[in-house]
This record gives sequence, structure tokens and C-alpha cells, in this order.
Amino acid sequence: MTLTQQDIDREIAAEHVAYEKRVADGAPVEHHPRRDYAPYRSSMLRHPKRTPVAIDLGKDPEAVELHSPAFGERDITEIDNDLTRQHAGEPIGERITVSGRLLDRDGRPVRGQLIEIWQANSAGRYAHQREQHDAPLDPNFTGVGRTLSDDEGRYHFTTIQPGPYPWRQHLNAWRPAHIHFSVFGTAFTQRLVTQMYFPSDPLFPYDPIIQSVTDDAARQRLIATYDHSLSVPEFSMGYHWDIVLDGPRATWMEEGR
Amino acid sequence: MTKIDTSRPETVLPTPSHTVGPFYGHALPFPGGGDVAPAGHPDTIALHGYVYDGNGDPVPDALVELWGPDPDGEVPRVDGSMRRDPATGGFLGRNGVEFTGFGRIATDANGHWSARTLRPGTRGRGAPHLSVCVFARGLLVHLFTRIYLPDDQAALAADPLLSRLDEERRGTLVAGDRGNGTYRFDIRLQGEGETVFLEFR
Repeated sequence: MTLTQQDIDREIAAEHVAYEKRVADGAPVEHHPRRDYAPYRSSMLRHPKRTPVAIDLGKDPEAVELHSPAFGERDITEIDNDLTRQHAGEPIGERITVSGRLLDRDGRPVRGQLIEIWQANSAGRYAHQREQHDAPLDPNFTGVGRTLSDDEGRYHFTTIQPGPYPWRQHLNAWRPAHIHFSVFGTAFTQRLVTQMYFPSDPLFPYDPIIQSVTDDAARQRLIATYDHSLSVPEFSMGYHWDIVLDGPRATWMEEGR
Repeated sequence: MTKIDTSRPETVLPTPSHTVGPFYGHALPFPGGGDVAPAGHPDTIALHGYVYDGNGDPVPDALVELWGPDPDGEVPRVDGSMRRDPATGGFLGRNGVEFTGFGRIATDANGHWSARTLRPGTRGRGAPHLSVCVFARGLLVHLFTRIYLPDDQAALAADPLLSRLDEERRGTLVAGDRGNGTYRFDIRLQGEGETVFLEFR
């Protein structure tokens, strides 16, 4: 039997009710998705069934996980954060700028760390060989960028507004427009891969991937804010998105990092 | 909502994780991602294995990241894992001399990954190991694990993590010695022989 959007809607609603009940019964707020979120079918065979083994790094301050790989100027080129300038011609679509700050749980800037992004083009197609969505490729847009956070933790990308796209999990399944982010902190424990969404997307309620974040406030933290002061006159729409890294880190680390 | 007020620390809450999805292959992997060892280094080891799902089928779209100390147990602080070419905009590759300690490898169509890196030295309280972070389509939050090498049984027996685990579970964290400095480490995301995954606090 064909899996319909209505089937998925019912499952999403049930997961949401179950989460609200857990919190009402005193369980902690969940900032991240559960790995076993059935409305996203691909999770079913790919999540561990056993509880992760906890390691208290406070008892092992030398652990390598409290450090992070280093990235530097050699690992980026000047135009890697401008996805509109990587080909001979201009990509098609609405130009946008996305900027924000990379922060730790104490609100302190995370400096000099690698931020990588990738996304679909304005028609909703990735420049990836296995992507078979019947929408045009743009010869002037690869949709891949990277940058280092600056001394105040800030980052900045110029790109094209990505389009929504169908993904065949169920009949009429569409992903809301998003940009994938991969981020490093000062500790490997803070590693984060996530997706940034755009304000007021009508597809949010139907998408089991964004809905896998069952906490309403946490889900809002995946959505960028339109910021008119970041829009560039005669050029682009501006969005602001701060990223807060989770996970323990070495708070005693040397100054200047 | 996504402008964080850092003057109010109680409002600084983490950005949720999401899956890496199926289409990162033209973005995250880079040439030489698994060639972490400087060319010809005498402490080079080869690591390889498969990533399996809950049916025991190989996962052809997983991404494995490795991070570990040098043979003296020191944490590398050198950049240059993914050097770029400012002339062409492409990748230059590593310089073949410096050790960054960081590797990134996508599994192939058989669900297999491999890397060449330096034998990790002892640091901290544990037996020598590499840290591993696994990403995949379907995995909403990445998974951390560790690769321990089987060479020093006394060190493994004294390791604070391994000594808490029963024999079967412990075995999922210790690579198999295949001779000539080659080690096998499979990652089972779910089910029988499920790899021990870690949560850091």
C-alpha cells in the first residue's frame, strides 16, 4: 500500500504528543532529534538500539575528544564562501546572504573553526550524480561552500535561495528549502551537522525531517531570521542564523582560543 | 529566534542536529581524506572496514571521520587536511609531510571505508585509540565511537571505558589485527554485534 502524506502526518502528530507527555511527566527537554524517529523511514535500520555508553570527560581532561582538528587559511580559498562566483557565469535564482555567529553553550564565540555548507540549486536540484529529481541543473551553481569563523565567531556566505524538492519517502513528500551545515567546535565532542531553514515555509508541518526535532522551541532554532539590515541593496536578501554547539568542551583551555 | 542573546546565558540553547542526508558526496569528502599519514612514515597503519545497518546490509552512503593523536600521544595542531588551490578553486591535497590527525572517508558502493594514519600514542587515562564520528542518511544525530588497537592487551585491560564493558561489547571497539600494520574495524549501526557508541558528558 502506498504510504501517503496523511499516514506520515498522523505519525508526526503522535510523536509530538508522546514528547509533550514525556516532558509533562518530568523528562528533560530534548534539544536534538531521537535517532529512532519512525516518520523518517531511513532512520529505522540505522539507529542503535542500545543506549550509548556515557563517558565523563571531566575525569579525563587529556582525552583527544576534548580537542578538535585544526583548519586554517590553507583549507579555504577567498571565494569559497561565495557560491555565486564559482563558475564563469551567474547562477539562476534569488541571491541571498546568510550570516551569523558560531557560539558555545556559554554564548562565547567559537573562533577560527570550519563551517561547510551544501545545498540544492534554485530549482531544487543538487549537483550530485545520484540526484534524479527532474529539475534542471545549473551549470553555474555547484552549491558547495566553506569558510572559517572570524575572531568574533562570525561567518558569512553569499549564495542562491535553494528550492524545495520531492524526495519519494512517501507520496508527495517534499523537503522544505534548506542549506546543510557542517561545523567544528573547539572540541570534537561539539561536532555538528544540521540544516538551516527559511522563515514561514509552508512545508514545515509535512516534513518528517524538521519534525524529528519534536521540541517546538528547538525546532525554531533551525530557522533563520530575515534581517533587512543584512540585505544588500540592489543585490541580495539577508538572513541571520546563529549556531550554538552542544557537547562538553575543555572550559579550562588556554586563552585566545 | 535564531539571534542568540549572549547576555542571557539561560537562552543560549543548542542548535539541533539533523541528518547529513544522501547528497553530501560533492561537498564533504575531499581527495586524500583518508591519507592522514605523511608519506613513508614508519608508524603508518592502515584501517578499514564496513558500515552495516540493522539488516546486516552494508551502508553505501555513510561518512566516517577519524581524529587521533600522533604516535607520541600529542594532539596535532596543524591545519591543511583539505588544502585548497587558490588558482583553480580545486583541492591541492595534503602536503604529505605534516600530520593533521584528521581524516574523512565516505563509504564506497560496497559500504567499505579505508584510511592510512599514524599509530596513536597513549594520552590521558585510556589505552591508545582513535576517535570516530559516523554520519549517514537516516542518522538524525551522528554517532561517536572509538577504535582501539589490539597490540597492548595490558593497556586495553586497564582502559576505563573497555573495562566497564562485557567481553562481546568490548570487542566491537577493538580493531582486528590483519598483519602488516593493517587493522579491520567494522561499524554496526544496529542489531547483533551493534558497535558501542559513546555519549560524552
